[in-house]
Formats: sequence, structure tokens, C-alpha cells
Amino acid sequence: MTLGESEAVAPPDDAAAAWAHVEVSRHPDRPYSLDLIERCLDDFIELHGDRQGGDDAAVVIGLARLGGQRLAVVANQKGRTLEERGRRNFGMAHPEGYRKAQRLFALAGRLQLPVVSFIDTPGAYPGVAAEERGQAWAIAQTLEAQLALPTPYLAVVIGEGGSGGALATLLADAVLVLEHAFLSVASPEAAAAILFRDAGQKQHAAAALRLEAANLLEWGIADEIVPEPPGGAHTDWDATAALLRPRLEERLRLITERGFDPARRRERYRRLDGLFEA
Amino acid sequence: MSISATYARSQAGPDAGAFTCTACKATYPLAQVAGNLYVCPGCSHHARIGAHERVRQLADRGTFQEWDAALAGTDRLEFFDTRAYVDRLDEARVRQQLPDAILTGQAALQGHQVGLAAFDFGFMGGSLSTAVGERLARAIEHSAEAGLPFVCVTSSGGARMQEGVFSLMQMAKSVAALHRLAEAHLPFISILVDPTMGGSIASFAALGDVILAEPKAMIGFTGARVITQATYEQLPAGFQTSEFHHARGLIDRVVDRRELKEVLAQLLAVLAGPSGEHSQALA
Repeated sequence: MTLGESEAVAPPDDAAAAWAHVEVSRHPDRPYSLDLIERCLDDFIELHGDRQGGDDAAVVIGLARLGGQRLAVVANQKGRTLEERGRRNFGMAHPEGYRKAQRLFALAGRLQLPVVSFIDTPGAYPGVAAEERGQAWAIAQTLEAQLALPTPYLAVVIGEGGSGGALATLLADAVLVLEHAFLSVASPEAAAAILFRDAGQKQHAAAALRLEAANLLEWGIADEIVPEPPGGAHTDWDATAALLRPRLEERLRLITERGFDPARRRERYRRLDGLFEA
Repeated sequence: MSISATYARSQAGPDAGAFTCTACKATYPLAQVAGNLYVCPGCSHHARIGAHERVRQLADRGTFQEWDAALAGTDRLEFFDTRAYVDRLDEARVRQQLPDAILTGQAALQGHQVGLAAFDFGFMGGSLSTAVGERLARAIEHSAEAGLPFVCVTSSGGARMQEGVFSLMQMAKSVAALHRLAEAHLPFISILVDPTMGGSIASFAALGDVILAEPKAMIGFTGARVITQATYEQLPAGFQTSEFHHARGLIDRVVDRRELKEVLAQLLAVLAGPSGEHSQALA
């Protein structure tokens, strides 16, 4: 990016719509991972710690059932109250959070449990301590762990899917995206700071990045958009969960039914952009 | 093949025969600096060099055979920020003499055959486009198929915003490709040079079996400026340098550019040499 290119550019007409999508995904009353896990899954038991000295509350792991199926669960978790927001670090994980996810993938592989992930994070935490403890290495190793996972794996983007931090629990056999959720290479604010040298251009950046959920389906990054109640998931958590649960059951069944093979998952992410002949 | 040191020369200023060090500001004859592999003869600052120059420095003369030379990407999002992305791409292609921000191929390195990839920071900050991800993934796969160790020299700002979520997914693509190399029990030597940030270090670049870095390279997930703006934290001395990460067990060795080829050859002699009876028993 060349310096001094910050002349104002009129945002495209769809900037307001793109931004409205982002605002719904970040609505303070939107159901967070534990709200949906409680309503969609049965007998959830939370586990703690990365077994290497840390327990990052921005990532939740545990065991559950979905009907007759045993599951391992990994989720980004935002806080609702002031205290919980601090403790959960707004859903932004440190390296310990990604290592906690790796522990969950290892456990799932050993016990032959399918994995369901819930994604709702602005991104990996951008702080000094995170860098000192190898944030980039932790994310890279988590990508590797997902692509090596020997059991069926389903990911659901329920709110914000920010950058590498979201990718750490996204590389599944099937990806569901709630209607008002999004996945982006960077937050609209960060993208605006890079592209326009002005975080205030976030609406423009949101439109340029085309980060609405429907595009993910068109591009083959998502397999299905899960509808939300009218107005958005924040209007009715129970209704949101009631729409999501059957989709989880159906998608897990489809992954297993067609003859599950983790090599197919690696092939999916190897060929994902569909631009180049094999 | 062109072996121009485009990016280093662009730092040479108006006098094409002189080179001014960006660190100590001293000026030297360009030929002297080029002969010193674009390391400042005074302060040993490692100037950024382009992919062609990197290959020239590492590959034995005349051995580099480029892979996938014609493979270039497209503007999937029809992206326009302050300029059209297609115009930025065209300009970078001409200036850097590359189809995108990475050069890949097979080469001999002191006689050891390797798959070699070099990022070009002068091409849109060495950022991860779909074409960069594809050329990288293919280089890893070509190496796996040919039974070659893979050496990647990364200099990359991370994701390419102009390709949106497709750029993000190149992190997954590169890691998926590396699985093939691991299945073939072939080594991946990752060399981090200034700068290696964001999505590049948070995917393939951090997954080297051996990770080397040039001195004082900036390496990290989030850039220092963004960390300061987001958290108001004080940055410790030497934050995010090669030496910083080496002290924390994240990088194996910090290697001066003038010794890099020799260190690589030593590594390759062990990693790609005769395997010995105990390894053969595992095959």
C-alpha cells in the first residue's frame, strides 16, 4: 500500500446494507456460543485447560450429546456482563485458547468423537503477551490439528468470524453460517485502516470485502446458511436454537453417510478457491 | 530468467550506482553492497531483497528451474479501494517481473536438490493472494512428489485485503499442502525474513520442521502499531524481532544472510542425506 493515497473515495451504494449485517452479528443481545450450546446440545459438560499451563476463557471446550450422538465441542465465547467480557476478553483468544482447542481436537481423535465448533470472535487477541507466547505459532498449529483430525467435524459461524482467530476452528468437513453472521479476512475496522488508512471507512470496507453470509455460500466456503428468526438471532434465542439444531443433526449425518475421510477435508481446503485446475 | 534485484535497487535512490542503508544512513557503492548480498557493509543491516535476488543468492548458478511460471490470479471480488485492484496487480507485475508475490522452482543448493520458494515483499507486501497460495501449495506438492526437501523464504505482510476471505483461506490451503510433505517424511525448512506477519506466520511459515530467521527481522501475528492502538501497551525492547522469538523458543536459529546458504547446506546434508539403517527400518 502506498502512503499518501488516503483521498476520500465515495463508499459504494451497498455499504449501508453491508454494515447493517455486521451490526446484527455484533448485537449485544445476540446469543453467544454457550447460549446456543445450552439450547441445541444435550448434557454439555465443560472441560478446562490446555494441559500446558493455561485455561483461556475466550475459548470453551467440552463434551455433549446431540440426540444419540456423542460430541466434542469447541467454541469462542464472548462475555455478557462487564465482568464476563473482561474474563472472556471479548472472545479474543491468547495462544492458550488455541492450544486448548488443539487439546480438544486431540481428545476427539483419541475417543473417536465428532467435533462441532461454534465461531464467534473478532479475531485473535492483538496484545504483547499473546505475541510473546507465540500467537502465530499457536494458530498455525491449530490449523494443522484441524486438517489432521481423524473424526467428522462440523463448524458453525454464529456471529463474528474474524480473521485467523476464526479460521482456527473453521476448517471442518461442513461449514454452516447463521444468516446474520460473517467471516472476514480482517475486521472491517482493521481492513479500513489498511486500505484507506482510516478505520472510519469501516462501512466502505465491509462492502468492498463482500462479507455477507450469502456470499460464502456462493463461493463454496460455506455449505449452508441457517436462517435466523425475523430481525435476527437476538430477538429470540430459543427460536434461533430450534432452527439450528436440526441442521446440526442433518449435517453430521451427511458427513458420516457419504463415507467420512479426513483426506477429503484436506482436499476441500486445498482446492477451495476453485480458480485453478487440479 | 531475470535475476534482477528489483526491490533492493529501488532503495538505492536517485544515484543508481550508490546504496544508502535505511538503518545507518551510510552510503556505499551499489556493487559493493550487492556483493555483500545487500547486507550493509557498515552496520550489517539486512536490506529487503526481491524473490529473484533471493533465488540468485541461494541456488547454485544456473540450476533454478521455475515451476508454474504462468500461474496468475484474478480479481474475484472486483475490488476497488482507492484504486482498482487489477491496476495495482498490473503495476506490480511489471515492476517486480513476477506474476504474483512468490517465485517457486527446483534448484540445487551446494549440490542438494530442493524445492525452493521465495516471497517478494515488493509485490504488494508479499501478501497472500489466491495465486500466491496456489503457487506455494503446488511448490510443496511438487517437492513431495519429487522427494525433495522444501525450503521457503517468507517475507510477507500477511493477508491480501483485496482478495478478502479468499486470501484468508490461503492459510488453510498452504497447511493442507504441507500435510503431503509430512506424509512423504520430507523436511520443510522455513526461513523468516523481514517482515513476516499475520496470516503468513500464522500458517505455513510457523510450521517449518526447522525455522531460521535473518537478524532483526520483524515477525509476529499483529503489527506493533496495531497492538499499540488496540491495547495502549508498552512494547518491550526488541519486540517481535527474530532474536525476541528465538529467545522464546519459537525460532531455531538466527542466521546472517551471508552464512545462510552454508547453514542450509549443512542442514540439508543431515536432513536429506543417507538415512541410516534405523531410519531404513522404519520405511
